Amino acid sequence: MPEQSVVIIGAGPAGLRAAQALVRGGVRPVLIDEAERPGGQIYRQPPAGAARAAEALYGFEAQKAIAVHAILGRTGDAIDYRPRTLVWNVFGDRLDTLGPDGQGSLAFDRLVIASGAMDRVLPFPGWTLPGVFTLGGAQIALKAQGVSIGRRVAFVGAGPLLPLVAYQYAKAGAEIAAVLDVTPLAAKVRHTGGMLAEPATLAKGLRYTLRNAVSGFIMRFGVRAIRAEGERRVTGLAWRDAAGRVHRVDCDAIGASFGLRSETQLADLAGCAFVFDALTHQWVPQRDGAGRSSVPGVYLAGDGAGIGGADVAELQGERAALALLQDIGRPAAAARIATLDRKLARQAPFRRALEAAYPYPGHLVDAIADDEIVCRCEGVTAATLRSTARGRDAHELNRLKAFTRIGMGRCQGRVCGHAAAEILARTVGKDVAAVGRLRGNPPIKPIPVANLSSGSLP
Amino acid sequence: MTEQLDVDVAIIGGGIAACAAAVALCEAGLTVAVLEKRLCGAGASGVNFGGVRQQGRDLVELPLARRARPLWDDLNRLLGEDVEFEASGHIKLARSEADMAELERYAADARDYGLELTMLGANAVRDALPWLGPKIVGASLCASDGQANPRVVGPAYARLARKLGAEIRELVPARHAVTTGAGFAIEADGVSVKSRWLVNAAGAGGGAVASWFGERAPVAPLTPNMVVTEPLPYFIPRSIGVVGGDIYVRQIPRGNVIFGGGHGWGDAELGLARPETGVSLGAMVRASDVVPALKRAHVIRSWSGMDGQMPDHIPVIGASAATARLVHAFGFSGHGFQLGPVIGLIIAELITEGATESPIAPFAIERFRDWVDDGAPVQPVSMD
Repeated sequence: MPEQSVVIIGAGPAGLRAAQALVRGGVRPVLIDEAERPGGQIYRQPPAGAARAAEALYGFEAQKAIAVHAILGRTGDAIDYRPRTLVWNVFGDRLDTLGPDGQGSLAFDRLVIASGAMDRVLPFPGWTLPGVFTLGGAQIALKAQGVSIGRRVAFVGAGPLLPLVAYQYAKAGAEIAAVLDVTPLAAKVRHTGGMLAEPATLAKGLRYTLRNAVSGFIMRFGVRAIRAEGERRVTGLAWRDAAGRVHRVDCDAIGASFGLRSETQLADLAGCAFVFDALTHQWVPQRDGAGRSSVPGVYLAGDGAGIGGADVAELQGERAALALLQDIGRPAAAARIATLDRKLARQAPFRRALEAAYPYPGHLVDAIADDEIVCRCEGVTAATLRSTARGRDAHELNRLKAFTRIGMGRCQGRVCGHAAAEILARTVGKDVAAVGRLRGNPPIKPIPVANLSSGSLP
Repeated sequence: MTEQLDVDVAIIGGGIAACAAAVALCEAGLTVAVLEKRLCGAGASGVNFGGVRQQGRDLVELPLARRARPLWDDLNRLLGEDVEFEASGHIKLARSEADMAELERYAADARDYGLELTMLGANAVRDALPWLGPKIVGASLCASDGQANPRVVGPAYARLARKLGAEIRELVPARHAVTTGAGFAIEADGVSVKSRWLVNAAGAGGGAVASWFGERAPVAPLTPNMVVTEPLPYFIPRSIGVVGGDIYVRQIPRGNVIFGGGHGWGDAELGLARPETGVSLGAMVRASDVVPALKRAHVIRSWSGMDGQMPDHIPVIGASAATARLVHAFGFSGHGFQLGPVIGLIIAELITEGATESPIAPFAIERFRDWVDDGAPVQPVSMD
């Protein structure tokens, strides 16, 4: 078989492990990443010149981060690494890129998409006020830039990132106003047994939570409703507890997130079939246990293909690379494949228990008021979505997009698409899986018109 | 189980013309079924540039476009919702003296059809639109032209038709139709329709439907390539075209600048279309030549969709030459959006009165009776 052109998108744990396995298999992959330095979001590195100790940045995960970061250093020229490069389209066997040298185009025979995830955003009163960040954004500010999003910070969430980020912020010297979990404590207690499948991970989560408790933070579970307060920027956070009582703390910043969502636009443009994942409440590209998508030659790994976390991403990245090697007739160690498959299978019960411990916070969607902005790019309110769904027969998400411009702005639905689907489903009385998913359009992120003259034009 | 419908008129296709015909036919007291393979107004009717334009059309289309134009003024009232129509005017730019001569010739011809165009020299264009690029030598302005939101017009017509009693079936592709003693029998996915009349408004699929009745109509897929920027401060009050049609630009009051030019990828078999990167990038360069301020903008989305194009770039409209009570209206060749509302009326007139006041002879399907496919691809022309 002639030399295959293999491209990996994303230099997080999945992409880097895939690259490493491909190099071992005798392939020199192109590794494209938006960031300046490898590591992805979870192991994001500060810019050169602002380095800090891995222990300070990544805590318990420092050794993993160091190992993942070291892959590129060890493999040297065996990987064609292209940082600061956005892949903004996949069409057939070509990628369109925007990098330091402007527009580019890259053909591939095999593609590994390891595009990662971002926070799942839900609107709540005051969510567009300056000072409100996603949890992941708050974490990146700390990890990459060494800055806090505020002096006195409140955190709201529905996922295991919540206790971790609160812990990291406290350690960095920020004052923690409150840590509010919108999912019930009972769910965590009930699913502790399931999470024991990964005792080390469970122990870490408990330890962050206990440290936060010992530090005297206001920690609440089962929070029913939240509201960011302030005129021109955040000055406080109010919430209603399970008993219906309203509480309030002063704060100048809020980190909020309601689980994670896979960044699936490139898989969509590549033509991959999608399935609805009831566990994580979202559409994800279909793949087999090895990471093969429905499109021959396109492989999927890591959180971009379904939320699994960093450890799973490393395993999936390597597994997908081994499948790729097999598919192009290169040797791939059968023993290693068996080991990876075993490890991945072991993760499944843990993931199920973890998701069950943080059930989808549908009560926050039910509570979205009519005058709430859902799509801040295009200024679309919940009332517009609801009245359009009812009055103009928009029972499908792309139709709702066509009529209201929801998801048509700069974010192309990455921020608002989830909430729009949930609101639509509730309005028309359907399951969220039955209202469809937003179709992707290139570019997946905005591209400048000006950069073109220097690039490769047809 | 297959649903059985028995109606006066069956319409294959659910674009603007089809749904406008359904509205007019229902108002005339006929029963109507619309069979749309996807969602009504989501094909070429919904993904086009949104130009409501008379100027620049083939002269034989001008009587139809002139009749269509006042319908747009009344569309919000008719449809009960805002289709974002604005009589912003359409200005067609000349980038050379030859272009200018062409605009002048066209203006003289168009006057015979009652369309008044205002010729502007380089200085007048500069005074009116000072943010235009440097290469403009003149322009012609059609002040009564405008723009609208294509995504909402077709679905609004479909809803009105449904309200008036039309049976609208979406995600129901028609597979075959035959004549019967009493009229037609149409087989669609999950639906069988019996009708006295049949309307072929199947867009890019219009040739296939015509072939079921032994008629030739060489319709080729046409996939306009569109791009939109993030919102910018509003500064482009006119819809803009150029001689040659390689770029067209408009800005909506919200601020987004929409531009198109060239053609995307299409699969006629699957009815799929996608933008082509090279075409999008080329359009970005040409758009910022015409409107240099666009260089500071970001493109946030690109798209394409599939229309049907005839070799002579004008549609097929009118009664079948071979089959009684079969009416064709397809192949609008990239510029059917403005015509849609009037095509609906014309279809209804052909059915309820047997004739139309509009001169549709040039669009007869017989013009392709002896057409020989030389294998050469149809050259796309300017559109919007």
